[in-house]
Amino acid sequence: MLPDDAASAIPGAAATSFADYLGVHHPSLLPPLATRDPAGADGTFDAGHLAPHATTIVSLTFPGGVLMAGDRRATLGNVIASRHIEKVFPADHYSVLGIAGSAGIGLDLARLFQVELEHYEKIEATMMSLDGKANRLAAMVRQNLSLALQGLAVVPLYAGFDAERHVGRLFSFDATGGRYEEHEHHSVGSGSVFARGALKKLWNPRLDEASAVRVGVEALYDAADDDSATGGPDVVRGLWPVVYVVDAAGTRRIPDRELEAVARALLDARSAAGREA
Amino acid sequence: MTQQFYVSPEQLMKDRADFARKGIGRGRSVVVMSCRDGIALVAENPSPSLHKLGEIYDRIAFAAVGKYNEFESLRQAGVRYADVRGYSYAREDVTARGLASVYAQSLGAVFTAESKPFEVELVVAEVGRTQQSDHLYRLMFDGSIADESDFVVMGGAAEAVVEALRASWSSDLSLREAVPASARSLRKAGAGPTAGDDAASGMMPDPSVLEVAFLERDPDTLRGSRRAFRRVGGPELTTLLQHEQDS
Repeated sequence: MLPDDAASAIPGAAATSFADYLGVHHPSLLPPLATRDPAGADGTFDAGHLAPHATTIVSLTFPGGVLMAGDRRATLGNVIASRHIEKVFPADHYSVLGIAGSAGIGLDLARLFQVELEHYEKIEATMMSLDGKANRLAAMVRQNLSLALQGLAVVPLYAGFDAERHVGRLFSFDATGGRYEEHEHHSVGSGSVFARGALKKLWNPRLDEASAVRVGVEALYDAADDDSATGGPDVVRGLWPVVYVVDAAGTRRIPDRELEAVARALLDARSAAGREA
Repeated sequence: MTQQFYVSPEQLMKDRADFARKGIGRGRSVVVMSCRDGIALVAENPSPSLHKLGEIYDRIAFAAVGKYNEFESLRQAGVRYADVRGYSYAREDVTARGLASVYAQSLGAVFTAESKPFEVELVVAEVGRTQQSDHLYRLMFDGSIADESDFVVMGGAAEAVVEALRASWSSDLSLREAVPASARSLRKAGAGPTAGDDAASGMMPDPSVLEVAFLERDPDTLRGSRRAFRRVGGPELTTLLQHEQDS
């Protein structure tokens, strides 16, 4: 029989989470827990105005893969805080992550999640399953619940290629760590309502990759049309949405020159149509 | 009353070192070689899943001989060290030198303070942008550290492998050429001095008893990845070895 301390090390080794390791050994590197209400009164202390907000992310599946696109705007109240921000990141070789909500916390979450997946892969010498990755992300969003209650919520959207089933899959999350598998397409962020409406009309199950890129860009355009916090294609500065595609070959960013062509074609078509609303 | 015998510190250290050397000597050999287009790591290892070679960080790899449980715990600790450092500073702030020096401290502390020294020998390898900036740090069971160049061989038959490799190594070798050269040297040394030269050099080792990994010099242009470490196995390894035999 093993001595007690040696035996107790076995269940301890079940989790090879980088975030958990940081939490135990280097807690200062993780996002802080919520602060007390500085006014001293209990109730609602809203920290939401302290940091910029990242906005709309859309994601859609197509046969053999999945695509995620995000606009380039971050806002602070009525001010545009950034026109260049990138909110869609490759999480690892077979998945991508988009963040909406409090930008600073979201960027930290994305970076931590990237290290989390790579860390697991190196320690275990194998990749985590797609469901496992989505569950880890849900746990990390839940950790942020106390800050979310103070107005610093982060709502990620997660998409990946499932190597077992050979399909692209989509997951959305809520601030309490709820994880929901989405089908066909989904969007999050302030412009998501408008993007969702566009996706419902534009998406169909027979899209190829190029037309999926067009649909993603057009859905973001429609979101930017009606939501002031979402940025449209910026022809003056040459800024286009960030679009990633994940398929059996892995994660790939769509180059800017392709996106420029798609965005310009879209703008031309809309101008030619000359519609008011 | 039991009598405590006096053991001189010299004798104590020597006994520990002999003990560790004996453990390491039983292990099969590992070759780590700096090449034109990266660093090749080749190990004799019959298991396809219990690795002796591992990825630490973007451009850093780990190779070990000795007791599996001991070097595996060191490898995992190294991955944690590198990931914490890269997360709290920046990715380029993780260096093989930093990792090798914490390994040296930890091995040295175990060697003097614990009841038994680690029976392991490690190499921490970092691939640079040029061959001159490659780093190969070799760490012994007692915490001593050496900054090697060209190639390193560890394990039981290390000297025989070095002897065999010296003839075939040159700095112009590519990764693809380094694998059969290392494999042949491992095989030759494994066959022992009694086997004839012809018998040993004519036969390539079975790819199923080899573990091979590359640290590629330019992974971003080759594969669009910042991670230089790549395992080479299965059909790719068979082709590498076969190609050499045919030519």
